[in-house]
Amino acid sequence: MSILGTRVLRTEDPRFLTSGGVYTEDVTDDRLAGACHVFFVRSPAAHARIGAIDVSAALSAPGVVAAFTAADLTDLTAIRPSGKANKRMARPFLASDRVRHVGDLVAIVVTEHAYQGEDAVELVDVDYDPLPAVVDLAAAASDEVLLHEEAGTNVAATFGDAGALDEHLFDGCEVVTTRTIVNQRVAPAPMETRAAAAAWGSDGRLTAWIPNQGAQGTRAGLARLLGVPAGHIRVITPDVGGAFGAKFGADPEHALVAWVARRLGRPARWTETRQENLIAMTHGRAQQQTVTIGGGRDGTVLAYRLEIVQDAGAYPRIGAMLPFLTILMTVGPYAIGRAESVAKSLVTTTTPVGAYRGAGRPEATAAIERAMDLFAAEIGMDPAEVRRRNLLPPFTEPHRTKFGALYDTGDYTASLDKVLAAAGYRELRREQAQRRARGDVVALGIGLSSYVEITGMGDGEEQPPEENATVEVHPDGTATILTGTSPHGQGHATAWAMLASEQLGIPVEKITLKWGDTDLVPRGGGTGGSRSLQHGGSAVRQAAQELIEVARERAAGELEANPADLRFDVERGAFGVSGDPDASVPLTRLAEQERLLVRTVFTAPGATFPFGSHVAVVEVDTETGKVALRRMVTVDDAGFVLNPLLAEGQRHGGIAQGAAQAFLEEVVYDDDGNPLTASLADYPFLSATEVPSFELADMQTLTSYNPLGVKGIGEAGSIGATPAVQNAVIDALAHLGVRHIDMPASPQRVWQALQAARESA
Amino acid sequence: MQVELGVNGEHRSDDVEPRLLLVHYLREVCGLRAANVGCDTTSCGACTVLLDGVSVKSCTVLTVQAAGQQVTTAEGLAAEGELHPVQAAFRQEHGLQCGFCTPGMVMAAVGLLSENPDPSETEVREGLEGNFCRCTGYHNIVRAVLAAAAGGVPAAGARAAATARTPAAGSERAQAGQAGA
Amino acid sequence: MIAAPFDYVAAESATHALELLDSFGDDAKLLAGGHSLLPMMKLRLAAPSVLIDIGRLAELTGIRADGDELVIGAATTHATLAASDLVRADAPLLAHSAGLVGDPQIRHRGTIGGSLAHADPAADLPMALLALGGSVEVLGGDGTRNVAAEDLFAGFFETSLEPGELIAWVRVPRRPGRAWGYQKFVRRANDWAIVGAAAIEGRIALANMGPVPLRARAAEQALAGGASVAEAAELAAEGTEPGEDLHADRGYRRHLARVLARRALEHRT
Repeated sequence: MSILGTRVLRTEDPRFLTSGGVYTEDVTDDRLAGACHVFFVRSPAAHARIGAIDVSAALSAPGVVAAFTAADLTDLTAIRPSGKANKRMARPFLASDRVRHVGDLVAIVVTEHAYQGEDAVELVDVDYDPLPAVVDLAAAASDEVLLHEEAGTNVAATFGDAGALDEHLFDGCEVVTTRTIVNQRVAPAPMETRAAAAAWGSDGRLTAWIPNQGAQGTRAGLARLLGVPAGHIRVITPDVGGAFGAKFGADPEHALVAWVARRLGRPARWTETRQENLIAMTHGRAQQQTVTIGGGRDGTVLAYRLEIVQDAGAYPRIGAMLPFLTILMTVGPYAIGRAESVAKSLVTTTTPVGAYRGAGRPEATAAIERAMDLFAAEIGMDPAEVRRRNLLPPFTEPHRTKFGALYDTGDYTASLDKVLAAAGYRELRREQAQRRARGDVVALGIGLSSYVEITGMGDGEEQPPEENATVEVHPDGTATILTGTSPHGQGHATAWAMLASEQLGIPVEKITLKWGDTDLVPRGGGTGGSRSLQHGGSAVRQAAQELIEVARERAAGELEANPADLRFDVERGAFGVSGDPDASVPLTRLAEQERLLVRTVFTAPGATFPFGSHVAVVEVDTETGKVALRRMVTVDDAGFVLNPLLAEGQRHGGIAQGAAQAFLEEVVYDDDGNPLTASLADYPFLSATEVPSFELADMQTLTSYNPLGVKGIGEAGSIGATPAVQNAVIDALAHLGVRHIDMPASPQRVWQALQAARESA
Repeated sequence: MQVELGVNGEHRSDDVEPRLLLVHYLREVCGLRAANVGCDTTSCGACTVLLDGVSVKSCTVLTVQAAGQQVTTAEGLAAEGELHPVQAAFRQEHGLQCGFCTPGMVMAAVGLLSENPDPSETEVREGLEGNFCRCTGYHNIVRAVLAAAAGGVPAAGARAAATARTPAAGSERAQAGQAGA
Repeated sequence: MIAAPFDYVAAESATHALELLDSFGDDAKLLAGGHSLLPMMKLRLAAPSVLIDIGRLAELTGIRADGDELVIGAATTHATLAASDLVRADAPLLAHSAGLVGDPQIRHRGTIGGSLAHADPAADLPMALLALGGSVEVLGGDGTRNVAAEDLFAGFFETSLEPGELIAWVRVPRRPGRAWGYQKFVRRANDWAIVGAAAIEGRIALANMGPVPLRARAAEQALAGGASVAEAAELAAEGTEPGEDLHADRGYRRHLARVLARRALEHRT
């Protein structure tokens, strides 16, 4: 009976539950003895010129070790966007002439003790000469107020040619409907904010403890920011309290903490406050989308266009480039004959936008799922039926879309049918009809989504995705795995141990996973984009298999037998000779003379495409506009499920975040660029009372791209949930004439939609 | 100023600044770092501990306010190497992923069950409204608390669960939820 | 996240607290549960140089019946109030209100006196006290004086208390068996009310419809004049000055006031 596919409890948990995780702020290490504390002075203005910065009062405050401004950073050069974003939109480490968002870095204060920092920061005096804020995307597009003079425009990137759109795209469509919708800015808000601890050794090497999603990428980021060779940097990854895409690489703050440590010749530490986190950690989503969909009254969609304006925030980061992925997934799981998609990214005087669970793909799904419902409403057809008529039929051979995505395996109609059955769709529609007939104040809404998403993409277009693993068996019967992944809640210590245990016969509790220390694991792709199991897990399994083969050769020598005659008995953890019951050697003995370990690299043929369907059931109080989420029923098919406990957990978390975007969460700026949601009291972070328990249906359509048959599950839940919930709210009010409500469906927004519908009736 | 209090059964006397928050006292002075700071607005509950047996957010209690009282943290719930029934239930039900909210969530759950030993799912969700989690979507946390309740949980901390239920707050809130306001 | 430095002294009695207030003057603030004051200090929106702790004074805690009123010590926590058999029997609106403040941890620390002194127009207890027609016993240098709920809240986060005074007890009329309604409109369970309404025996109080908790007097008068609940509730927003924020603009707040007043009058919670 294989351990794979079983609900193995996490080996990580006892520690987390008793003494607690050791996050970066908790780390105690001799190298950090006597560390000073770093605090940042941040701009309170969205857009301003800087006059004088006076740190003299701060320097006299109790415990202040030093204060630094841009003038002190002579050995750091401004950060230019990587990739294809406009390189003329440089970001200084500390502002010298200009700030471009509330929270922009202006100065550093360093204190002996953590409690002294805020006292000192308050004493730094900065002259701000306000400039007009640029918050609205139309204002940004006009280029009237430029954020980066050097660039001469606010356009950070373009994708496709907006001037070459096909004006005949919708020819022959009986029905065409178009709408500009918003995929609003949200805050990743992991429970652990950002942090760093840095110490330079006498050998000139930097050791940096940073919560991250891949130590190797963080090291590379630090090396680039500091202008130091990567070999001079060791990144150690403590426990990480959530990341959701916003802890990749290195931020200016991380580099500045290291810089302070080097300048002062003593270790330095920093922990971000929640307010800082909500205005200075990269935000997510922030796309304005114009969807146009056309087809026949029989429900066939013939054409679809998606035009995207991405809000990049003040300095282009990965968020400026995510429309590339949105475009890639434009048509989702549908067979649409004609489709096109273009995008541009604009800078605004707001927090830079980065990756957030799904990173570009939720936006694609939200757009087409809204479009499907708009089309269904236009032709008066049930939204489930419209989807069924347009889904790609099941396929087992890879299917390439016109946008260049190569879907590996998929059965989209099966997932739709499965979720509808699990939700009791017909009964729900009946209940809805009854409530409408009675004129109930509390309306019932049923919302759908069908989605496909891309996971395990790999680094560049040329490089196939890969991951490395090292497995070692010790003479004492334990084993160690080194992985290039970087778990921060996903349970890799348990999951990778399961994979090794299955091959080696060593119990899960005796297998230790190590990651996140670049001296130990110099190469790795980290954890994000739902890549870890398909690449990292496959690598672990492969390494364990290869280890058995190495061991087989040693066993053959021990037993003076032909390797081909040897059988490895997993239950006994020993090699035996066929036909000779007395001849056997345990695996652990083969590690006594010489270390028994294998390092391998697993290379995948390409990205995989998990898919699914969600049904959301909401109640909307038509007198107040308040939305209550009653049920979330989902199918999230990511191939083989290695550990159902962990897979369900990933789905739950994704569903909750996805649903939260639809009806609760939003980062809000006023017209002057002031953030209005800079605390967890103001930012409507989801609590346990706003969501129900989720109903997960199981479906496993294996991929052929790795021996396990696994795809990535981490982001799928969030991709499917958002449009299902949004569609449900609108569906609840469709009988009252409501056709669309932008996210989040806040009570006021819902009520205003109802008012507008009543007035136009 | 000098403050004396009990921490996980151990008597302590320390010299602290009046503004030293209990959470920082526990973390920095006592070396008990399970309780975490997750926000600035008394919202997230990652710092939850028991003070004389009732759950409090230690980020909004001054150490000096706790003079003469007993603090229980996640580290003090069970003996070394053992798990308190609530901790065991969290493990059994996969009620934690990154673990940052977990000690606070566990302490809030212990507090909840000491006041309401047999809560409904709604009462569990409302009882944990002051504890945020980003990873789990709360689903398995709720399962863990219900499982712990079903298995029976001994009262933790100094205060006995005198008034076990607060049905007024619970059921009326549930009605309020259904009424949509 | 960290308050500016301050000194701390634990008062040994209410009288002692008054003496301390007197000697420290404007620089001092009283501390009970600290769950209104400390969050503000941590955000550096308040920076008193001295905190006088009255949170553990036995004379300021406890709940007792006194004729046709309940007398509640100002330092009584919301949790104690919500769970009190006496309050749930005789002033269930108050118990219900206390049970909705924040979350369980906050309710274990926050006090009724602290909440009233904080005078947040969006908070539960000021609205509840106004609906119930309660009052506070204010202790000052000259002794005690009684201040009715409608006279207690002077402005946005401002009471009519003079310097050197403290709220010692809260008095609430006993109304066992009387029907009441309470509506707290929030986006998330532990939020402050976007708008709130509480109704009992022809009195309607509103939260977050102005700088102080307000009575919906036009609606009350209509009711008294024989109007139906629905008709009276239509007037709930009259005389209010709702603010605007990211959750609600003025028009929507007025609308909510009407809906919530009606639901409260229908004795719904």
